[in-house]
Amino acid sequence: MEFAFTQEQDMIRETAAAFLAEVSDSAAIRRAMVTDTGYDPQLWSRICTEMYWQAIHVPEACGGMGLGYVELVATMEQMGRSLLCSPFFATVCLAVNALRVAGNEAQQSHWLGQICEGSVTATLAFNGGSRHADAEAITATWQRDGDSYVLNGDYRYVIDGHSADLLIVAARAEGTSGAEGISLFLLPAHTVGVTRVWLPTMDQTRKQATVQMSGVTLAQDALMGAPGQGWESLAKIIDLATIALAAEQVGGCQQLLDMTVAYTSERVQFNRTIASYQAVKHKAADMMLQTEVARSAIYYAACVAQEALEGGPLAGELSEAASVAKSYCSDAYFSIAGDSLQLFGGVGFTWEYDVHLYFKRAKSSEQLLGNGALHRERLANALLD
Amino acid sequence: MKLSFSPEDEQFRQEVAGWLQQNLTGEFEKLRYRGGPGDEHMFPEERKVWERKLAEGGWTCVGWAKEYGGRGCSIEQQVIFFEEYARVGAPGRVGHIGEGLAGPTIIAFGTQEQKEKYLPGIVAGTQLWCQGYSEPSAGSDLANVKTKARFDEARGKWVINGQKVWTSLAHESEYCFVIARTEPGSVAHKGLGFFLIEMDQPGIEVRPIEQITGTSEFNEVFFDEAVCDAGDIVGAPGDGWKVAMGLLGFERGVSTLGQQMQFQNELDEIVRLAKSNGAAQDPVIRQRIAGAHAELKIMRYNSMRILSGQSGSDGALQKEALIYKLFWSTWHRSLGELAMDVLGPECEILEDGPYELSRLQSMYLFVRADTIYGGTNQIQRNIIAERGLGMPREPKGAAK
Repeated sequence: MEFAFTQEQDMIRETAAAFLAEVSDSAAIRRAMVTDTGYDPQLWSRICTEMYWQAIHVPEACGGMGLGYVELVATMEQMGRSLLCSPFFATVCLAVNALRVAGNEAQQSHWLGQICEGSVTATLAFNGGSRHADAEAITATWQRDGDSYVLNGDYRYVIDGHSADLLIVAARAEGTSGAEGISLFLLPAHTVGVTRVWLPTMDQTRKQATVQMSGVTLAQDALMGAPGQGWESLAKIIDLATIALAAEQVGGCQQLLDMTVAYTSERVQFNRTIASYQAVKHKAADMMLQTEVARSAIYYAACVAQEALEGGPLAGELSEAASVAKSYCSDAYFSIAGDSLQLFGGVGFTWEYDVHLYFKRAKSSEQLLGNGALHRERLANALLD
Repeated sequence: MKLSFSPEDEQFRQEVAGWLQQNLTGEFEKLRYRGGPGDEHMFPEERKVWERKLAEGGWTCVGWAKEYGGRGCSIEQQVIFFEEYARVGAPGRVGHIGEGLAGPTIIAFGTQEQKEKYLPGIVAGTQLWCQGYSEPSAGSDLANVKTKARFDEARGKWVINGQKVWTSLAHESEYCFVIARTEPGSVAHKGLGFFLIEMDQPGIEVRPIEQITGTSEFNEVFFDEAVCDAGDIVGAPGDGWKVAMGLLGFERGVSTLGQQMQFQNELDEIVRLAKSNGAAQDPVIRQRIAGAHAELKIMRYNSMRILSGQSGSDGALQKEALIYKLFWSTWHRSLGELAMDVLGPECEILEDGPYELSRLQSMYLFVRADTIYGGTNQIQRNIIAERGLGMPREPKGAAK
């Protein structure tokens, strides 16, 4: 048992932190978040050539770095900390996981290769507009037409859906419900019949879009896995992405805590720094508790995710680990963001200070892929029913 | 990161489980799930016999080095031992203060003579210890002890006068370790000594404190010209605070995994109850049970981080260790409230008169102590903010 980062993992984390401190400061975030794509293409290109993060857990055989989920989680934590605006979450945490879990050899070799080269970004669309990130959320449909598949329907809350080059979408056979009839398909975003519309969002640092399928006709090789048998794979993909998202939340918690301690240590009222008041210290202590507990949750979940991808005795815990991590981290991030804003006082309410960027990211991350209550109900379901 | 145990460790797990299965039987069967925190008053005599039984099997002081009579277990093996012990509901250990606190202090700071005199009794499970720290005016402000120790040259003995409070197991113990003021007029952490004192003597009186549960496991201990030998001070006079604080460093959290197994047993009982009485259909209860479950899982991962990590070179606790007491105590307190809410109106009805509590009722009341003893939640938050976040230290009040 060695539940700590190896030296190599420590180095990956520190390298990421140093790089991101340089490229994703407040000014860079604010420039990127008001662009159409939501990220700086030159920075993404630098990430793809210098850091090679898009390839972090892609197997070496497909041109990737072949690192594990612990390394991915460590990197996501740092991205969350610096509020990096990038297509990383959609491309790597959603699409690469989808290709690794559900793609056949040809699909993996072609698309993972393209992603590793940095020439393609990608995302996953499955939710038709439900508050639940489950099988019922899938409303788009597929049907066979000779040797082709025809897709119809709408997706909402698609991360980077308007800018991704490659779409992986879930659809269900007409007339099916629940986990039945679900298939996954892979298609270039500019396929005929696909309409993508950017949705303005309260959290400007993560872009969302609607994707509409109107008689989209796909060849056989667009199908991932056996037709109608896709839910098990999709559930696993969502759990893997959920763990990565929770790691990003922990990074946000840590950054808010550091910002708050720094600010309250400088701000003087009644001739003393406000950090010297117990009312402030105790709030900060609670923030540190939540941050450390959240971190323990994601490091464990990362080990589980690794075994879910590569095999191991913990593989069966994936769904539980994802819900444990996401429920705690979602609540912790939002609670810390609210407390941080409060402790910053008036300036925390301004557009100028960065607290609101984290406060908004905390809420968008909380709602994405199921909020705390939804994940607790998932746990309750396993425990009590 | 690697979370699995080695085949050797898994074999060790079988050994522990096998021994417990063979020995926690017959007269000891009734001790299962008894004698833990909040239940220390139950079956003290039987638990003393059990302690000696453990010792015969070589299962006391498993983490101590072999040269001191321990089993020399690795951290992993200690984790396994405490987990298996708690898994089967083996009884609360009457020897835990000697094994976990007094012994390691004597090993680290004691003389050869002290080691020879005191360690074998702890290993054998025949000599029990209690801790004499808190006083009526030294609670959170632990350094404010008033108990005095003076050296009587004529008799060649230390003479102790004063009062300790919240001393658990004092009425069952052979020895007490006590911090007392060796330098008259000294204040705070200066001028203290750390003493090893035999309880069975005319100068010591133990009075049980009746608690919120109606039972007594804590005591007041009065020292009126009590004595110990010249050789029974650990470290030099004036070094008592250093010795006492060094002791805190020995608890790296191995036994916390056993404590968590006890929490798991409690949560399992609440889940069973909720399923049987319909509370499991209540969406609010469902959220709370799932939340408790999730946080208990994370508590375990947090302990694994503590055990796998390295303390800072300055000996400072890692951040995940600094928050641990505040986390588990608050969690446990909420679990008590959850238990009562799952029971509903039935939570009021006692097992028997005049005041016999069920296990969950007793837990619900006793957990109120968790957020107070060993550093209140408020003190914990000060420590976290100051040591973990570098925020300003609390100003000292003016001395009266």
